[in-house]
Amino acid sequence: MAAACSRALWITSNWRRDNPLTIWERVEGIERLHVISNQPAITAKLIAEHGLKPDEYERLVKLIGRAPTFTELGIFSAMWNEHCSYKSSKIHLRTLPTKAPWVIQGPGENAGVIDIGDGLAVVFKMESHNHPSYIEPYQGAATGVGGILRDVFTMGARPIACLNALSFGDPDNARTRHLVSGVVAGIGGYGNSFGVPTVGGEMRFHRRYDGNCLVNAMAVGIAEKDKIFYSAASGVGMPIVYLGSKTGRDGIHGATMASAEFGADADEKRPTVQVGDPFSEKLLLEACLEIMAKGCVIAIQDMGAAGLTCSAVEMGAKGDLGVVLDLDSVPCRETGMSAYEMMLSESQERMLMVLKPEKEKEAEAIFRKWGLDFAVVGTTTPSKRFVVRHGGAVMADLPIKELGDEAPVYERPHTASARREIIAAAAIKPPLPSADALEKLIGSADLCSKRWVFEQYDHVILGNTVQRPGGDAAVVRVNEGPKALALTADVTPRYCEADPFEGGKQAVAEAWRNLSAVGARPLALTDNLNFGNPERPEIMGQLVGAIRGIGEAARALDFPIVSGNVSLYNETNGQAILPTPTIGGVGILDDFTASMTIAFKAEGESILLLGETVGWLGQSLYLREVCGREDGAPPPVDLAAERRHGEFVRSLIREGLVTAVHDVSDGGLLVALAEMAMVSRIGAVLEAPHGVPAHAFWFGEDQARYVLTTKDQGPVERRAKAEAVPLIRIGATGGWVLAFDDEWPLPVEALSKHFESWLPSYMAGSR
Amino acid sequence: MKSAVLVFPGINRERDMARALRLISGREPALVWHAETELPPGTDLVVIPGGFSYGDYLRCGAIAARAPIMDAVRAFAAGGGLVLAVCNGFQIACEAGLLPGVLMRNSQLRFICRDVYLRVERSDTPFTRGYNAGQVIRVPVAHGEGNYIADGETIARLEGEGRVLFRYSAPDGIIDPNWNHNGAINAIAGIVNERGNVLGMMPHPENHVEAAMGRTDGRGLFAGLVDHFKLAA
Repeated sequence: MAAACSRALWITSNWRRDNPLTIWERVEGIERLHVISNQPAITAKLIAEHGLKPDEYERLVKLIGRAPTFTELGIFSAMWNEHCSYKSSKIHLRTLPTKAPWVIQGPGENAGVIDIGDGLAVVFKMESHNHPSYIEPYQGAATGVGGILRDVFTMGARPIACLNALSFGDPDNARTRHLVSGVVAGIGGYGNSFGVPTVGGEMRFHRRYDGNCLVNAMAVGIAEKDKIFYSAASGVGMPIVYLGSKTGRDGIHGATMASAEFGADADEKRPTVQVGDPFSEKLLLEACLEIMAKGCVIAIQDMGAAGLTCSAVEMGAKGDLGVVLDLDSVPCRETGMSAYEMMLSESQERMLMVLKPEKEKEAEAIFRKWGLDFAVVGTTTPSKRFVVRHGGAVMADLPIKELGDEAPVYERPHTASARREIIAAAAIKPPLPSADALEKLIGSADLCSKRWVFEQYDHVILGNTVQRPGGDAAVVRVNEGPKALALTADVTPRYCEADPFEGGKQAVAEAWRNLSAVGARPLALTDNLNFGNPERPEIMGQLVGAIRGIGEAARALDFPIVSGNVSLYNETNGQAILPTPTIGGVGILDDFTASMTIAFKAEGESILLLGETVGWLGQSLYLREVCGREDGAPPPVDLAAERRHGEFVRSLIREGLVTAVHDVSDGGLLVALAEMAMVSRIGAVLEAPHGVPAHAFWFGEDQARYVLTTKDQGPVERRAKAEAVPLIRIGATGGWVLAFDDEWPLPVEALSKHFESWLPSYMAGSR
Repeated sequence: MKSAVLVFPGINRERDMARALRLISGREPALVWHAETELPPGTDLVVIPGGFSYGDYLRCGAIAARAPIMDAVRAFAAGGGLVLAVCNGFQIACEAGLLPGVLMRNSQLRFICRDVYLRVERSDTPFTRGYNAGQVIRVPVAHGEGNYIADGETIARLEGEGRVLFRYSAPDGIIDPNWNHNGAINAIAGIVNERGNVLGMMPHPENHVEAAMGRTDGRGLFAGLVDHFKLAA
């Protein structure tokens, strides 16, 4: 904290020392409008430091008809950076399907909203906090969770669950352990204290994340359908109220930092990371929901990226209104803060609201009760200007609509990734017996148990967690039931790298499959697109390809995108991350007691495999972990088959014909079976069919597949035949070993030890 | 049974607790704000629930222990009223002087959320009459600071006077360091004060009270309390 302040102060005083008083009257021949003293000159260097390209600066000057003030430059840099403006991704994001009869609010608000019946709505979104988490893992991850929770309760929803998707560098990289430890503790530290269960997620390791870890946090809340709150202001002369924590000098330029690559100086960016206070956020939640219930609120917007600037502009612009802010009224944590600093601070746990004037006193009393700051800091005006006053001077006077709407939009050049060769299963000679390969896989960083992580998250608070972490999707009861939500977060970056289009499709399909596997009807998704530098055509090609794939899958599966976030420039010294479009999926169960789990339930049950298996080893974890190769084309995704198989599985679950269901994904069939065995401590006797090489059958990552168990195979087989769904028997449950082919049988207990030990021993430094 | 659940800023398991009390006692508990100075008239049971009161920023429970409502709670306990203090509530009760000892950081120095097994040491108290002595129950824990410790004399007294009501154990009831996730001395999970009317415990019985949600091991504690007041009436 102290470091953050001193750094910001130093910059300010340095600028001031170099640029005493009005020094910036002539910039490219354009005169300034306001007389503001003691501000730095707008030099090419300063413009570049604000992340604005020369042509973007020209556009800005043309737009306002003069040179900007220093504060205005800061405001523009906040509004026009990649993080806030989506300038590289916008035209591609527009192609995504966002509508369905059950969608109440698609992208463009704080979070997406869908109708789940009974007068209730689900509000959810996923957002990245990648750059801050790499610089300062605990606070970066914690404030990522805080930000996404605020997005959800800003809309009037009480958060009921969180998920996260984490990507870290090579386990052998010296920094990885430190990042894992800090990020996991930060996520837990915030969510546990705030009081929301963190019920699911995923975590992977790959050297391509060495310089940029990914922290994608998702929050899900429940609101009454007719009591959703939006950010558009309405009415002229309405009080704009500042609520929550005080404003400090932390996080200035956070969004700009998150819109640039890292160089060798990444550590020096620590002052741009904010510090989280989950206690204040919990108070803010309760206070906001209370004043919403009392009918005080016209519009509300949380102060996230680019803080006061972004929230005030958005509220005004969306409501076709102007905004006047009086910064002298902003509650500050430190003295002597400039307009520039206040407008760009990303101090956490703050909200901006437009209140009904007659309810102002009532709202204030509620905030005081919760011990939170409450200050009227502005009003709405009919002028469509964004005016910022401070110390008697006008520090900014800008056209409000254009600030957001006229942000540059780029159709950046993009080149498609080169097609990878399809690897025939027969061309891969198994280096190990399948039993050894299985042991190796489930003891690997990506496939091992993530218990060490999820035990640091309170996943049972609120008393509604039906399925805890470790299954295909988490299941959380809605209020007192009987409805429940199924929640998942998925992506397979190595597929996306090899083929962004198929990888994009696969991420959506896997989320859809995970929801189907617990018996839920998938409703909608949120996407969190993490990529490298979009100014490089090959990276832009990944983004474009993945968005196309996501769109195609979402359309085919009736699984609209209702919210999302784009994180670009995840690149260090020219090395980009694997393309990682994380998909957060939400599905609904009519009866939470009927949710399906992956555990074998009893001995002597039939094990069935649903879906076609050609033995696709390209880009499989078997190829990577066992054969030491990362190549080939990823498995293609047949969306029609996905849909048919998913619906078939759900109907079997609904009718009580199956006893366990598990989707087949990373690691392939044998890994899925081992997971089912380990969680139940029941073994299985398995047999590979003829026609596919055994190692490809057991470890291929063909899509659209599920493992099922049933007491009575006949009815399931008849149904599959009638509906032309491929289904074969691959064995039966029972015993205490996994026995297959003529391999040495593997005791389930020993497998579990393998599965559970990698992460704790790695984190203890003993691997 | 009329219960009052205290709400300090930052407390976050008050809803879980209120639901358990409602389901088992059939009566909605009163939620009592920290700034109050009196408990609702006729309160039978005071519950200090879990969470992060005041962010746990000074020391877990230290600020809440000095909140206005706590004087009323101390008076209530001094008069023999029953107080159930769970998780952060246990930490608050220790800080408030209602119970001896202190909860340190878990021995692994990490927050831990998982189901644990508790051996019920006695069944002849209002809090444990719903169980049998020696019975093992499974309930979740979710804390970073649950590692109970007190000076040797206090521990000897607690043990000598049978004031340890719950201990972390293996599923078969054996006390085993491998099943003591936070390193608490003598595997202590829950204790009562000298008079036996204030129980502090780290685990969350309120999260295992519904059959439809999977487990009901926590019901016994609340059902026992309901019986206790029924008999007293």
